[in-house]
Formats: sequence, C-alpha cells, structure tokens
Amino acid sequence: MTTASPPADAPAATSGTSRPGRGIGWAALLFLGPAALFLLAFLVYPTIYTLFLSFNRGRAGGFSEWVGLDNWITLFTEDPNFLRLGFPPSGALWNNVLWIIFYVSLTVLLGLIVAVMATRVRYEAAIKAIIFLPMAIAATSIAIIWRFVYSPDPETGLLNALLGTVGAGPTAVLGSPDTVNWALIAVGIWGSVGFATVILSAAIKGISSEVLEAARVDGATETQIFWRIIVPMVSLPISVVTVTLVVNVIKLFDLIYVMTAGGPGASSRVIAFSMYQEAFPQGRFGYGSAIAIVMLLLLIPVMIFNIRRFRAEAVQQ
Amino acid sequence: MTALQDTTVHAPPRTLSERIVRIIGRSPVHIILGFIALVWLVPSIGLLITSFRPSADMRATGWWTVITNPRFTLENYERVISAEDMGSAFINSVFITVPSTILPLIIASMAAFALAWIKFPFRDTIFLVIVALLMVPVQIGFIPLVVAFRESGTGLLTTYGAVWLTHTAFALPFGIFLLRNFFITLPRDLIEAARIDGASNVAIFRTIVVPLSVPAIAAYGIFQFLWVWNDLLMALIYAQSGSIQPMTVEVTRLLGTYATEWSLLAAAAFLIMIVPLVVFMSLQRYFVQGLLAGSVK
Repeated sequence: MTTASPPADAPAATSGTSRPGRGIGWAALLFLGPAALFLLAFLVYPTIYTLFLSFNRGRAGGFSEWVGLDNWITLFTEDPNFLRLGFPPSGALWNNVLWIIFYVSLTVLLGLIVAVMATRVRYEAAIKAIIFLPMAIAATSIAIIWRFVYSPDPETGLLNALLGTVGAGPTAVLGSPDTVNWALIAVGIWGSVGFATVILSAAIKGISSEVLEAARVDGATETQIFWRIIVPMVSLPISVVTVTLVVNVIKLFDLIYVMTAGGPGASSRVIAFSMYQEAFPQGRFGYGSAIAIVMLLLLIPVMIFNIRRFRAEAVQQ
Repeated sequence: MTALQDTTVHAPPRTLSERIVRIIGRSPVHIILGFIALVWLVPSIGLLITSFRPSADMRATGWWTVITNPRFTLENYERVISAEDMGSAFINSVFITVPSTILPLIIASMAAFALAWIKFPFRDTIFLVIVALLMVPVQIGFIPLVVAFRESGTGLLTTYGAVWLTHTAFALPFGIFLLRNFFITLPRDLIEAARIDGASNVAIFRTIVVPLSVPAIAAYGIFQFLWVWNDLLMALIYAQSGSIQPMTVEVTRLLGTYATEWSLLAAAAFLIMIVPLVVFMSLQRYFVQGLLAGSVK
C-alpha cells in the first residue's frame, strides 16, 4: 500500500475477519487473474518489446541488428515525412500539432456554443441528437461521406457544386498539399463537436440560473456572460473534453487512412498513420517501433493527468 | 457571438408586440442552429440518397437533382452485398464484435469487483497501474503481437482469434476503471451483510454486484460494441485473411477498386452504419452515459 491515497470506501479493514484470511488471496487471484494475464501479455510485455525494438533495425520480422539511436535520429532529423522543420514546417508530427491547435480548439468552442444555444430552444434534444450522430458511426463511413462531399467533380461533390454557384472553379481539396490538412481537420471537427456538446451541455445545466439572472440584471451582455461566467464555470469539463480530444488526435488513424492514405505524397500523414505505414507496408519494424514509442511518450502527460485526477477524486470521497 | 446578445427576454410576453420582439430577438439563435443542423445532416443525407440512385444517374447528375427527378433502386445494395462480398464481411463484423464485447465485459467486471470489494495487498497500486494503462496506444502492441501470433504457429492471425484477444486486452483498462468506480458506489452494508451471512465472493458478485450494476455494465457493453464494430485499424493488423475481414476493411478495398463508383461506396458505407444507428437510436441513454462516464468521471 505504498500509494498515498487509498480510497476510503472499500470494505473496512475488518473484511479479512468476516472471511477467513486464507480465502482472500485466492478470491482476489480468481477475479483479477484473467485481467492481469491479458494486461501483462498484451499491453505490458509489448510495451517493453517495442521500446527495445526501437533501438534495433528490426528488419526480419523481429530483432535483427542493434543500431543504437539510429531510428530516433533519423526520425527527428532525416525523415521529412515525419518532421521537417523549416518554414513552413511539415511532416506527420507537425500535422498532429496543426490538428491539436485547430481541431481541438474549434471543436471545444463550437461544442460550447451549440450547448449554450441549444438550452434556449425547444428542439434542444433534436439538435443534440443530430450533432451527436457522427459519434456513433465508423470513421470509415464518415470518411466516405466526406470524400463524396469533397469530390472534385461538381456533378457529384456538394462542395464543388456550391463553389460553382458562386463562380469558383472546381478544386480537389484532398488533392493539394495546401488544403488537404484543413479539409481533414474540418471533417474531424464535424465528427467530434457532438461529443463536446453533450458533455459541456450537462455541465452548463449545472450552473444556477440565479447567477445568470444576477449578471443580466447587472447589465451584462450575453457575450460577457458567455466568456466571463459560463466558460469559467465549466472550465473543468472543458479541460476534460480538451484532453480527450488531444488523445483522439494522437491516436488519429482511420479517417486519414480512408480519406487520403496520408497523401498527396505524405502531406497529410499523422504519427499514427506513419507508424502503420513504416511498420507494415514498408516492413521497418524498428523504425515503426520508435514511432509507437513517440505516441506513448506523447500520452504520458495525459496518463499523469488521469492519475492525479483520480487521486484527487479519491481524496474527496 | 453577436447572436448570443439578444436573448434577454425572461418574463412570458404579454402583448403581441412583445411576442414579435421576442421572435426577432431569438432568430439569430435559430438561424445558427438551423445552419448547423444542415451542415451536420446534408452530407449524410446526400450519401444516403446516392446509395439508392442508379449508378448511371449518379454519374450524370448530382444527388440533389432527385428533387426534380426521383428515381431509386436497390441494385447498389444487391451488388455490394452479393457481388462485392459486403454480405460476408457483415457476418465477419458480427463474428468479430460479439465475442470482443462479451469477453472484456466478463473479465473487466470480475477485476473491477476484486478492486472494489476484495481486500488484498497493493490493491490501490494495481488500480493506479490500470489507470495508467488506459493511455497505452494500440500501436504499441502491433509489432510484438503480430510477431508472437505468427511464431506461435496457431494460425490466430487467419482466424478471429487474434482480433478477439487484442480487442479484449485493450478494452480492459477502460472497462475496469469504469466498472470499479461504479461498483464502489454500491451500498457497503449490503455486501458486508452478505459476507456475514457466509456468502462467498462468487455469490456476492453474481447475486448482488452484477444485478445492481446493469446500467454501468450496459453502458460499457454498448461503448465497446460500437468501438469494435467501427474499428478499422485493429482489423487491418490482426485479421490478416480476406475471409475474416470486417466491413470496415472490405470497404477500403472497394475504395481502391471503385474510387468514383459512389453509388456502390455509399451503399457499403450505410451497411456499416446500420447497426450503430439502430443501437444509437434505441439505447441512446446508455450510450451517452458510457461516454460521460469515460471522460468526466
């Protein structure tokens, strides 16, 4: 019991007396054993294996030749598909940065706006269901829906048909390195706003109407109320949604794979796509392992955030 | 943000002019929400319509022309189900998803029970380790597990076995976390009383904890079911034989072959969506609960 915060709720320390002590160890083993086996074999062991393999060439489908930091050096300095610093920067890791900045902030902002507006209308449930629907369907289906919208043929693609009505020529938004990431981020936002809306709307309903009324009586505008009262009062749910969306970005794969396969060229790759691409079609197991470890490292701050949050909750109980 | 400024009417309007002021005042909210509803609905509706249009029509005119020229057919679905193997891929999706939902449900409930109601050394440390494992990305497992499955000579990669096992393993941290946090809220007196009456842990688990936790278990089950059903990546890695691949993988093959056959692709996309939509519509409450529990709790 080295951890600082045992939740105070579990059976009292006397539970050992109500069941004979000899039975307790076996019971724990019986209930926890299967999960422990699965976690050790499929999560813990692979983490160690992948970490070691990231220092290995890993050509012949496993360990082959130790190469020290070669994979890591190549990854961060010699692979423009992964990271090219310069102006403007590019590469998979940079694209993840773009996703984190634009997808996360716009999803949270839109989710918040919709949540606030929806509480004022009678069709709140309907609008929330509509906007939440993409959460239920496969990223593969979302990708096809939007490949169709983005189709360069104005007789097929809705976007180019609309652009045609204002006289703009048809463009292949997914075919140009300048637009592809923005087009994909827009789809990502479309897929996730519902999640932000549902969670934030639950939090907004918790704000007492007296606070809002008092602000209105004091002459606050609705914009002031939004930024000065609603946003601060739901800051914890906002941070939870933000963290969840950041995790989504780091794990993002299906949408990219189906919509662009990382193209044109490698311009829309993200790290999870690079990991797949390098390890499987290319067969570079050592290199792919290094990318998988980068993903894990990026998620460790979230891991710490979760543990802290959990401990804080345990103390409160 | 200007749209938010005008909605300060609180008392119910008494006169006609007040009512008009109120409607005009609120209209920006309605316009924005209406616009959002359109952006969220129209792309899906466009694809749905396309899935029922003859492919010759699809090539000639946009789907929005059905308003003036409605002609529908089921042939896209027939073709994609029988000639293009989406039918058998649908069966594969079922065969992959059902065990990959039931197995973690059972294993996670058992582990969560131990972590909530059985006293043993390092229990809280173990729980914190599981919270940490929540963040291990599936990519960490790809290479070691593919190598291990291949070398085991069990053919797991060409049967459903590898997908079942890996989906189960990577679902456990979230399930254990969610269910343990629910289980500890059950009344302690009830469980202690059962213990004093001589009930075994197995009996307490089966007759008290599980029946009282149906909402949480259902939320996790629905979440996991949709997760596996909608998954592409794990199936790409661990279902390496064409005869066991789910619809999400099959449809990427179709995309490679028929990049602009939108009627066909639309029908395929909707075949994948049917089951999640039914689940979502009928069990929305549990689904949202699962989602809230996973992030906020």
